[in-house]
Amino acid sequence: MANMTPKKHEMPTQDPNVRATNFLEVATGYTLETAVAEAERCLHCPTQPCVSGCPVHINIPDFIAKVKEKDFEGAYQIISLSSSLPAVCGRVCPQESQCESLCVRGRGSVPQKDANGQIVKDELGKPVMVKSEAVGIGRLERFVADYHNVYNTKKPAKPQQNGHKVAIIGSGPSGLTCAGDLAKQGFKVTVFEALHVAGGVLVYGIPEFRLPKSIVQKEVENLKALDVDIETNVVIGKTLTIDELFEDGYEAIYIGSGAGLPKFMNIPGEGLKGVLSANEFLTRINLMKAYKEHADTPVNHSKKVAVVGGGNVAMDAARSARRLGGDVTIIYRRTKAELPARAEEVEHAIEEGIKFQFLTNPIKINGDENGNVKSITCIKMELGEPDASGRRRPVEVLNSDFDIDVDEVIMALGTSPNPLIKSTTKGLETQKWGGIIAEEETGKTSREHVYAGGDAVTGAATVILAMGAGKKAAAAIAKELLKRN
Amino acid sequence: MYKIVSKKVLNPTVIQMEIDSPLVAKKAKPGQFIILRVDEEGERIPLTVAGTNKEQGTTKIIFQVVGATTEKLKHKEVGDYIADFVGPLGVATHTEGIKSVCIIGGGVGCAIAMPVAQEFHRLGAKVTSIIGFRNKDLLILEDEFKEASDKLVVMTDDGSYARQGNVTLPLKEMLEEDPSQFDLIITIGPLIMMKYVVLTAKPFGVPVTVSMNPIMIDGTGMCGGCRLSLVQDGKRVMKFACVDGPDFNGYEVDFDEAISRGRQYYDFERHAHEETCNLFNKEVK
Repeated sequence: MANMTPKKHEMPTQDPNVRATNFLEVATGYTLETAVAEAERCLHCPTQPCVSGCPVHINIPDFIAKVKEKDFEGAYQIISLSSSLPAVCGRVCPQESQCESLCVRGRGSVPQKDANGQIVKDELGKPVMVKSEAVGIGRLERFVADYHNVYNTKKPAKPQQNGHKVAIIGSGPSGLTCAGDLAKQGFKVTVFEALHVAGGVLVYGIPEFRLPKSIVQKEVENLKALDVDIETNVVIGKTLTIDELFEDGYEAIYIGSGAGLPKFMNIPGEGLKGVLSANEFLTRINLMKAYKEHADTPVNHSKKVAVVGGGNVAMDAARSARRLGGDVTIIYRRTKAELPARAEEVEHAIEEGIKFQFLTNPIKINGDENGNVKSITCIKMELGEPDASGRRRPVEVLNSDFDIDVDEVIMALGTSPNPLIKSTTKGLETQKWGGIIAEEETGKTSREHVYAGGDAVTGAATVILAMGAGKKAAAAIAKELLKRN
Repeated sequence: MYKIVSKKVLNPTVIQMEIDSPLVAKKAKPGQFIILRVDEEGERIPLTVAGTNKEQGTTKIIFQVVGATTEKLKHKEVGDYIADFVGPLGVATHTEGIKSVCIIGGGVGCAIAMPVAQEFHRLGAKVTSIIGFRNKDLLILEDEFKEASDKLVVMTDDGSYARQGNVTLPLKEMLEEDPSQFDLIITIGPLIMMKYVVLTAKPFGVPVTVSMNPIMIDGTGMCGGCRLSLVQDGKRVMKFACVDGPDFNGYEVDFDEAISRGRQYYDFERHAHEETCNLFNKEVK
């Protein structure tokens, strides 16, 4: 009999007042008992609606069934069939808009019960209803992956090599997924990374308190155990070109080079000292460890910080600035309902004391006589007609401008694709806005034997969508190369 | 890890090293740069390529000791390794169609100007070089410039060697004599010097290319730290030095903004440099 409690088990977290002063992980993870109890909420529906919400189609009901049986390694093996990075996805996937959004347990409301199992009634004698919550699929995935990483001692069996060489550009979620899937089938895979460490956005972008770097490191080690080579400090398009990789004997190439140049607003004052992109701010903190006291790389510990934008990157930047001691305001031109960030990140940000200035847009940044930021001039917005994305378009309210005093402004407005590979690869077609054109189901580009996926194709999106693209491309590459035998 | 295969002290604060880096050496062209990290905890710093030896697979860098990272690098010896060395990055200096060029280097910027002068010389262009230093003790690469130039003018601020004055002095004289003698002026050095080279050349209408060296982290177009403003047809346009540069049309660059932005972490850097020096001094004692 399934556990019919309407609410999912709470994720234990560090106290907001404590965690706002450290970079340790916010959510501390389910215990074994909580994981089993949460797993018992799963109805194991025969139609498996959750699976269709997962970009890499993890067999969710089956892995949860293993958790119920306390066979955690068995659960891990089921997840591994579909995902190369479960410890990462369990932490950063927007489950509420994917697998969990389709969970039968998340539909409708049920009467609230008290501790004795009696239905709670209001003054009129009607039962008090509570909204049902989906099974905590992401939390269970995280538990299973962490359990494996702590207790598993067996190294994965090395697959037999099939003699085919594949190059992968970029060691972010997309590239690592593609590498893992191909290596498991016996392909000799080399991953080229421009930075000095593997992991891409998982390392330079997502902060330690949301995704500890030791977890990324562990996932990378797991790939190396499958004989995947990772070459850091190689910028494809500069150090080597796509054509040179083919000359070196690679038979297929997957481009997972990620998003590129940070966007700015093109408003006056963006050249002032104290204005920076979220990419720069987060890279200083995450990749270069500038939050540590004796780090060689500097980062400003600003007192009053404005973060412009409403996505996950904006939340990450705001919460990082908070941890450096700042009083932080997120400026977003729509309302809370339209925030593109993961719900949990928004809640965590609010708990940590981040302020939100909704329906507001900056029009100018003002500096002092030394060229340092001193305030940001904003204008009020209201929501008008829906735009192409279906969201209501914010429009300026006349004469509503006002100043906020700040000493740092962080722009978290997304990115436009990096020009390096496009400009050095003949015959690789791109969209007008710069994204590489690739078939959705296979990742095939306009160049023969060249595949692409992730943010390099879609523009800034999520870790799991990039992984899904890497997975599809791996299948297509395997099909193409094995046909040659 | 990347091995240091040679080291030469050019003046009390400027050091030349060759680093074993075959992939960079094979590709690097004058005007491009690399990014290095000295050790696992180190910061990433950009340095312009000062030359390559393709047969031996080495890349030459010349750096001035200004902060903690360059201080640490100074203490590395031949046979030691540095953690990371990546490149070549940025767009190489455009050389096509230039028959007569004036190369103006200032201070350690001469280390970057030198391979550019050599490249034009190799391509058969007429090369006039003007190199400037604060004083005689800081002079570097005079012989190399002599060899690569049809005409060389050396300037020192205090007159302790060669002619006294700024690099703009001989430039102005040459332009007044015959403004059409140069197809292009290329200047590499302190921002304030490049700004004045541009102002000096402006009345004569000779194109000026400047080589920018802003703060960078990744160097591949990801962080945006190296951005600068150009003014094109009255409109401000944002560019990224790492992928769009480091060379830009000098008449378009907003130097005042670049100078201000270049000093963003000045206090941190000075403090970190002092701490690093103290650390090395303790070790010596």
